[in-house]
Amino acid sequence: MASTLHAQPAQPPGGRGRGAITSPRNAYPDRAPADPAAIERGKALYGVNCQFCHGADTRGGDGGPSLLRSSTVLDDQNGELIAPIVRSGRPGMPKFTLGDDQIKDVAAFVHSFRAAGYDEARLRPPSIIVGDSKAGEAFFNARCASCHSTTGDLRGLASRIPDERLLQQTWLMPGSGGSRGGPPPVTLPPIMVTVTLPSGEMVAGKLDRLDDFTVSLITADGTHRSFRTNGNTPRVDVRDPLQPHRDLLGVYTDADIHNVTAFLVTLK
Amino acid sequence: MIMGALFSRIRTFLPLALGPHPQRELTLTPRGGFACPPRGVAAGALPLALGPHRLHPNAAAALGAPAKRELTLTPRGGFACPPRAVAAGAFALAPGPFSLRSLCERRRREQAPMPRGGPRGMAAGAALLLIASGFTAAASDGLDPAALLKPLADSWPSYSGDYTGRRYSALTQINQSNVKNLTLVWAARLTGGPGAGGFGPGSPAAAARTVIGGEGSGDIAVAGATTVKGAVLMVNGMLYVTAPDNVWALDAHDGHELWHYFWKTKGGTHIGNRGAAIWGTYLYFVTPDDYFVSLDTKTGHERWHKEAAPFSQQYFMTSAPMTIGNHIIVGTGNDLDSPGYLMSFDPETGEQQWRFYTVPMNAGDPGLETWKSLDAARHGGGHPWLPGVYDPETHLYIFGTGNPTPAYTSKPRGEGMDNLFTCAIVALNVDTGKMEWYYQTSPHDTHDWDSAQTPVLVDGDFRGSGPRKMVLTASRNGYYFTLDRRTGEHLVTSKFSETVNWAKGLNAKGQPVREPAKDHHIAGALVSAANGGATNWPPPAYSPDTQLLYVPTSETYAMYYLSETDPRGAMGLGGKDEIGVGTMGSYISAIDYKTGNTVWRHRFRTVGTTRGAPGLLTTAGKLLFGGDVSGNFVAFDPANGNVLWHTQIGQVTNAPETYMVDGRQHVLIAAGDMLYTFALY
Repeated sequence: MASTLHAQPAQPPGGRGRGAITSPRNAYPDRAPADPAAIERGKALYGVNCQFCHGADTRGGDGGPSLLRSSTVLDDQNGELIAPIVRSGRPGMPKFTLGDDQIKDVAAFVHSFRAAGYDEARLRPPSIIVGDSKAGEAFFNARCASCHSTTGDLRGLASRIPDERLLQQTWLMPGSGGSRGGPPPVTLPPIMVTVTLPSGEMVAGKLDRLDDFTVSLITADGTHRSFRTNGNTPRVDVRDPLQPHRDLLGVYTDADIHNVTAFLVTLK
Repeated sequence: MIMGALFSRIRTFLPLALGPHPQRELTLTPRGGFACPPRGVAAGALPLALGPHRLHPNAAAALGAPAKRELTLTPRGGFACPPRAVAAGAFALAPGPFSLRSLCERRRREQAPMPRGGPRGMAAGAALLLIASGFTAAASDGLDPAALLKPLADSWPSYSGDYTGRRYSALTQINQSNVKNLTLVWAARLTGGPGAGGFGPGSPAAAARTVIGGEGSGDIAVAGATTVKGAVLMVNGMLYVTAPDNVWALDAHDGHELWHYFWKTKGGTHIGNRGAAIWGTYLYFVTPDDYFVSLDTKTGHERWHKEAAPFSQQYFMTSAPMTIGNHIIVGTGNDLDSPGYLMSFDPETGEQQWRFYTVPMNAGDPGLETWKSLDAARHGGGHPWLPGVYDPETHLYIFGTGNPTPAYTSKPRGEGMDNLFTCAIVALNVDTGKMEWYYQTSPHDTHDWDSAQTPVLVDGDFRGSGPRKMVLTASRNGYYFTLDRRTGEHLVTSKFSETVNWAKGLNAKGQPVREPAKDHHIAGALVSAANGGATNWPPPAYSPDTQLLYVPTSETYAMYYLSETDPRGAMGLGGKDEIGVGTMGSYISAIDYKTGNTVWRHRFRTVGTTRGAPGLLTTAGKLLFGGDVSGNFVAFDPANGNVLWHTQIGQVTNAPETYMVDGRQHVLIAAGDMLYTFALY
């Protein structure tokens, strides 16, 4: 389950081919992989000369800007644009005496980091539980207990959904948060609809489709029926079991949400 | 982030009235263009020779005229006809029967249709305006830029149809009384790629018509079907349609393809293309790998392509270029940390005329004090994702800028600092590219909600203060604004989304004030709107009949989790995970620009949709057209949102357009790779 939570899946290893653009995340070609020995030499040179200001990961450090998003570095191929700056310095940056091959090695190291508009998180928080479970329990009893029970439908909820964030998403809006690679951890009850015809006849069933012009449903015996609608005729009454969850979205404070989650994670 | 999320991204739930008959007198030109006198010569003293411009001997010969070089004035291949407004005393020195003046008169008779009101029907003031901007026009068999000054009616020659961005057509053949009889004229499916044997089904005939260009290797497949997410141009009975890497020319009578151009890409984000621009017989579009490309409208053959932004820095271009006189204007896009900019290109050569950065790039630049550092500003985003609008009276090109970057982990930009000129409405002098004013609609945005929505120019009364020239915008952040477009003075702010919860209120300037607790949180912050925003790129429409602005609106919530605790933050769109939790509804909102109040809303009846509403069109036939969120194409009553007509065609992916073909009003709409046109018979 946990893997379904990562909105930003791990990147495939560098050096992949240019076969297809399947998403904005792989829309830009990776650089051809450099000689690992050159990267190692460059890393050592970078560590001595550059790291203090630009950070071990080139994202900036004590006073120096990020190199990873630098237009000079992005435009550079093999040290040719980096070299003049290294050798001449800049306002606030001293000059360095490095040979051509050394600068190429430093460039190979700098280019071994991937720059992307969909930047991958590197320091993920270990837990999202920050709330007060007592306050969460009180909120639950006040706002949720009319439909849900911690000893009934929610018994063992945290064991069934061990991932904290997926648990939170699921109680906020069942079915949300599980869209990437995994099924939602709950089975949603169907949306029901009743159509009241001008004759007074009522047709009820599971909602199939609804827009301004047509309502379609499946009756208890499995029959698919559709009705053309014109304004409020025939009358259409929808019972969305998630509507109470929707209505609460405008009510919660973030603290309420964090507290309820802190409470629900105790339902092992 | 690009406003294309609406139809294609999982992470989202899903933006002058002219005088009558302006500028007809300037439509007179042979192929290759003609030139109007540059700024400053309107007083009546047109010099005999203007700078380097000369009459091309071939052009003169074609007209049966001797090549009088010293009398002529024109760029490449054309000759120059001064507008009548300045002709009176200016050509007294022109010798002989083939004076420039007579050539011009002849051209007028032969090639320029008389305005309905006759030659005196034109607005003299408009002529002077055009002169003052130094316009050059283009070929009479193509699109004269002066035609773009006309109120929107017979054709659809630019992204918004005309410069106002109102998407209000003067056509009335289809109206409230007969719209119920609207019927299909034709439907056409677009096939992208290099032709038969490539991507998509293709056909030998289509392959034969496909012109292939591009700097890529040709071995990159782009996932997803061809989808039209922008304007279709209609000029002289032809339709010009774009999708990323593809341009098609179709016959407006039956939709059959005349040519197709395919660009072999190097890569870049292929999320959408907002359309082409035309100047004379030249077409312009941009590519996801950052080229500005010009084609011949008759053949689809490439004239040239120019690098418009560095691909190495992960720019990608989606916008529709805009033709304004002898400028072709287009903006950048990028999801990595980079500066946004708007460029003006020469229509003939593709050489850059000016460039305007939306963020400070050098010490001393205005707005630098609103960033933590120059390095932060230079990586600050602000991409002008969409075309702007143009006010010929003030020469102002007015457009919206994108979000600052890094989008979410904003501390490196300076905690709480405004980050100018991101998320702002900006007015530039179109000839110089210099900023005249700005108004920021989202100071220090932290949700990737750009303010790039195409604004709308409206002339009208404002609270009894008499006629006022205004610009309206409904921003992705859920707030609506009325501004004075001469000065940028703030007039109105309102919230057009009821659920939006990211701001504490408004400050003295009428700007929403960010609530930092609603940026994101390690444990999640419940924010409305979701990343797609309360509105997005699908354009609004404004009707002078109702004086209402119609805005596609979505009300959504998402949890924004801070996923990167490195105090240096992330790059681009990184550093947070956003997970949608609910859609409350999608709407058309009808907003009164005088008060900001929503006068009516039409809620699309649906359950659980994740789609936002597509773009809109309104007409003098008292109709409002748009797609719903369930695959219907609908005509509404603009006074109250009541449904008047609909048909089910599949999910609509652009804004409707209307124009005349052989005396019959057509309405055009795109649904994915399909185009549909409707008319009355």
